[in-house]
Amino acid sequence: MKPIEANNPQPGVGAVGLIPTDNSAQSILQFSGAWVHGAAIAKPVEALIAEFDSAQKPRRILLQTRNLTGWDSRLPTYLIKIIDWCRREGVEVDASGLPEGVQGLLKLARAVPERTDARRSAHGVSLLADVGKSVLAGVQDAKGLVYFIGEAMLAGWALLRGKARFRPVDMLLCIQDAGPSALPIVTLISLLVGLILAFVGAVQLSMFGAQIYIADLVGLGTVREMGALMTAVIMSGRTGAAYAAQLGTMNVNSEIDALKTMGISPMEFLVLPRLSALILMMPLLALYANLMGMLGGALVTVSAFDVSWLQYYNETRRAVQLHDFTVGLGKSVLFAVLIAIAGCMRGMQCGRSASAVGDAATSAMVNSIVYIVVADSVVTLICSRFGI
Amino acid sequence: MADPHITVTDLTMAYGDFVIQHDLNFTICRGDVFIIMGGSGCGKSTLLKHLIGLQSPAKGEVFYAAQNFWEADADERVLIMRSIGVLYQSGALFSSLTLSENIALPLTEFTRLSRGEIQDIVSYKLALVGLAGFEEYYPSEISGGMQKRAGLARAMALDPEILFFDEPSAGLDPVSARLLDDLIINLRDTLGTTIVVVTHELASIFAIGNNSVFLDSETKTMLATGSPKKLLAESTDPKIIQFLTRGKGRAV
Ligand SMILES: Nc1ncnc2c1ncn2[C@@H]1O[C@H](COP(=O)(O)OP(=O)(O)OP(=O)(O)O)[C@@H](O)[C@H]1O
Ligand SMILES: [Mg+2]
Repeated sequence: MKPIEANNPQPGVGAVGLIPTDNSAQSILQFSGAWVHGAAIAKPVEALIAEFDSAQKPRRILLQTRNLTGWDSRLPTYLIKIIDWCRREGVEVDASGLPEGVQGLLKLARAVPERTDARRSAHGVSLLADVGKSVLAGVQDAKGLVYFIGEAMLAGWALLRGKARFRPVDMLLCIQDAGPSALPIVTLISLLVGLILAFVGAVQLSMFGAQIYIADLVGLGTVREMGALMTAVIMSGRTGAAYAAQLGTMNVNSEIDALKTMGISPMEFLVLPRLSALILMMPLLALYANLMGMLGGALVTVSAFDVSWLQYYNETRRAVQLHDFTVGLGKSVLFAVLIAIAGCMRGMQCGRSASAVGDAATSAMVNSIVYIVVADSVVTLICSRFGI
Repeated sequence: MADPHITVTDLTMAYGDFVIQHDLNFTICRGDVFIIMGGSGCGKSTLLKHLIGLQSPAKGEVFYAAQNFWEADADERVLIMRSIGVLYQSGALFSSLTLSENIALPLTEFTRLSRGEIQDIVSYKLALVGLAGFEEYYPSEISGGMQKRAGLARAMALDPEILFFDEPSAGLDPVSARLLDDLIINLRDTLGTTIVVVTHELASIFAIGNNSVFLDSETKTMLATGSPKKLLAESTDPKIIQFLTRGKGRAV
């Protein structure tokens, strides 16, 4: 190793070098220049250690400074790496040549020995382990869902027996939030969906001069499908995600722990009002969405074609039967349960950090949309099978 | 006097495979002010969670009087839980409720008091912790130390048989911390409440504690149990002496 120009460092540069000694068993490592953030360090610590590794190991290393113009955390971090290397290799370190402040900091940094089992392994995980982990997580997830549904049913049973503990005020607030407050957006979306359905139908039906049947298409489409589906999608974004975020934040803040130790079941106190509010409000919203959708269809048909309001109204009445409404409303109750369960479950299972709350809200929304669409397909399949 | 209230036998606590503490054995007697002490991160809050039923032990038992907490059925467990009050490290007030609603919640759920009586109790409890007049504030509108004191008022709402405190004086000024100590002693003397406190505050450890357990994070088990004063006088373990003398060693 050649001696380094450690004596006259340039400004803004931190230099380090081995000073040759007569004694081959001892090396002197000398630091000079500016060891501050933003300064250029002549040699990265890994390179230095690699040099040590390749050369013959000294028995003792003396650390010293000369013409050190300034230092901050940069110097101790560098030194710690070297000292740790020496420990591993069984080389004795003498830090007495360093400024007192640096010696003190080094001592502090090593005052509490690292807990060997506390550090998480950061290096790469094999693909197989990854796959295994996600399968296990999936199983855990499914278990959690079953457990949650069971708990929710017990809470519902307690409610029916009049034994559930919750604040009626909370329930009213949830109803207000899941019902009337959602009206504007439900109005807008379902009106537009009605318009779209009418336009799509008009293109085809007007070729045969059968514009009047737009009323059938829009009526059946909204009442059986789109009314319930669109409200469910809106509510899962509006309310399901909000439930997850609310309960998740309460979890982060230990509020759920506090409820448990008070002897109040969080299922009854928090989940039940939300679940029931959504179950009560969703069918009403869906019904309202149906009316809005048909209104949207009528607007298009009446304004663009030679169809009067009365004709449209009569055609709709003829086409849409009571049992169509039943199917739509039945679906909306089912969707309400799914949204509330996905939202509340993600909230209750939320971890204890800000990002966990975000994840809970996201997965509540994603889960509920998946549940909704799957459930809708199943119900539609069953209905068409039995000709309902 | 020595009437065991909580007994812990062979308790091992773990998060997954990561053992926090193992083989804990100690008894908390009725009317004790019991201190859980030890270095930061050694598992004091975790031990508290095991005692109040939020986390089930990896091994071992927790007895309330003669009843095995983790083998009791759900109803019995709720009954036990109703007889305890907990002050969490973070306060854990319900953020959507005002202070008075927070404190009134257990009262409305578990007692048949009239609304007026509940309001009176709420005001009294808030006054006890120095927060008279803050009834209508939301937790987000008061300072961290005040939240802690409000949490204490809520924990005391039902006059529980056992009160658990997780670092009650952290975030309080010295005078309020002293008042809190006085309050704890007062509760014990007047209502006979058993009190379990996690704290680092040496002054309060010696002022209020008459029994304790010392957890160690290196050996992952308890090093001693007994009165803190006695531990300081008689213990031969350097870790305990260091802890109880702020690292100075025993005074000569
Ligand atoms: N949810 C968790 N999952 C995994 N490990 C945890 C969890 N919570 C705590 N730990 C670990 O358990 C150990 C003990 O934590 P605990 O909160 O009980 O410490 P403490 O003694 O109360 O410390 P402090 O005095 O700082 O509050 C820590 O090492 C921590 O890493
Ligand atoms: Mg703690």
